[in-house]
Amino acid sequence: MLIPHPLLGLRDAQEFTYLGDANLMNRPDPNAPNAEAMFCDYVFLRDNPAGVHRELWYHEQGDRSWLVVTRNTVTHEILGAELASDVALAHREGSK
Amino acid sequence: MKFSGFKVIKEALTGHKGWKPLWRDPEPQSDYDIVIVGGGGHGLATAFYLAKTFGQARIAVLEKGWLGSGNIGRNTTIIRSNYLLPGNEPFYEFSMKLWENLEQETNFNSMVSQRGIINLIHTDAQRDAYRRRGNAMRFAGADSVLLSREELREKVPFLNYDNARFPIKGGLMQPRAGTARHDGVAWGYARGADMRGVDIIQNCEVTGFKIEAGKVLGVETSRGFIGAKKVGVAVAGSSSRVMSMAGMRLPIESHVLQAFVSEGLKPTIPGVITFGAGHFYISQSDKGGLVFGGDIDGYNSYAQRGNLPVIEDVLEGGMALMPMIGRARLLRGWGGVMDMSMDGSPIIDRTEIEGLYFNGGWCYGGFKATPASGYAFAHLLATDRPHDTAKAYRLDRFAKGYVIDERGAGAQPNLH
Repeated sequence: MLIPHPLLGLRDAQEFTYLGDANLMNRPDPNAPNAEAMFCDYVFLRDNPAGVHRELWYHEQGDRSWLVVTRNTVTHEILGAELASDVALAHREGSK
Repeated sequence: MKFSGFKVIKEALTGHKGWKPLWRDPEPQSDYDIVIVGGGGHGLATAFYLAKTFGQARIAVLEKGWLGSGNIGRNTTIIRSNYLLPGNEPFYEFSMKLWENLEQETNFNSMVSQRGIINLIHTDAQRDAYRRRGNAMRFAGADSVLLSREELREKVPFLNYDNARFPIKGGLMQPRAGTARHDGVAWGYARGADMRGVDIIQNCEVTGFKIEAGKVLGVETSRGFIGAKKVGVAVAGSSSRVMSMAGMRLPIESHVLQAFVSEGLKPTIPGVITFGAGHFYISQSDKGGLVFGGDIDGYNSYAQRGNLPVIEDVLEGGMALMPMIGRARLLRGWGGVMDMSMDGSPIIDRTEIEGLYFNGGWCYGGFKATPASGYAFAHLLATDRPHDTAKAYRLDRFAKGYVIDERGAGAQPNLH
């Protein structure tokens, strides 16, 4: 698989390590009243879809950036990749 | 159809024209007492033990494709009970005991062959860890032998003992472990269940659950609605997809695991051997092919095929361990989809929906568990109580902190 790195172009997936669902970026509020249940879901439960999946890849053998890669889990087709920092910034802007 | 020596001889003399299909191909009835979703090894074993051991009637097994078309036909056929933790080891040893009696139980040749498994030791720390594991196995009634380098060399002289980075210092052996004919296991259970009145309905995909007031009433399928008092889901690999139709999210990711087989060779590898410094395991099938595999690819996948980097990694592991296989040609490689759970251990439990039961999260250890998984799931479905050896496989163990993490890798499924 080739991952279209937003800064470095097409890179071999071997240069990356895989973490999992991009929802892992949305850490629950530890001060919320139901924080324990929210963290349990956050740590252990996954949507695990068959089809389009947004997921975190770390460019360990490259520029050490975290990417949010959109990939089809049935065909392995990679539909896009963004810098995770950009996704987090956009999310923060959006929630203002 | 019953098998006997007499029947085999009779058929041999009359042109093999008297063999009949091993199970019926029935139309689904409008309702059953128990519906099992998934006609793989675990689902068929569950139906078999429900009918035979627990005396249940009116059972159906629903299979999306054809019988045994999933992981029961895609694994590397290894059976063993060499686990460490008390939540796991008694269960797998129970499974081992069921394997030892499987052919008598099903009157079907599953080719269970107890040729032994050896986990290789490369460092002093690993020897300590394996000595501990061997003792844990013995606590649960399993067998284990710690082999010195010399004893090992006598059994398997062809390993690369003096690899500069990973010298082989010994091994932990379980002599009762071995291999079984994986398709034969599915066929034996299917035939045994069918003989006892279980309807095995193939090409019947479950498309939804009918749930009212927190109670399951049946399943919607591609062949119409089928009512059921109890529904047991045993679809490892697709667990998240199926259970999402009941509104559940699971502590599971689906990953692809590849396996390989070489051209047929004369008998050369006596049992199952696993590399202790990389991830590589190998055995030789009765047909002569070397059957081997290694790590999962490591990313979420439902594709039943993997990518080249892991193939290279597996073959490099094989070459480091036993350079003699370098001249053998690779015949086939394939992939299967695994339920990778958050602690690397399975789940056999009720759900919050009354009448809906779940069996999954087998990671890449599902095949060896087939008999015990079926037995324990049947026990749960028939009596509403977990089987003694499967008590730890609860769905709520993650929330409550009772995870069974053999690898100690935490909630990171691709590391288990």
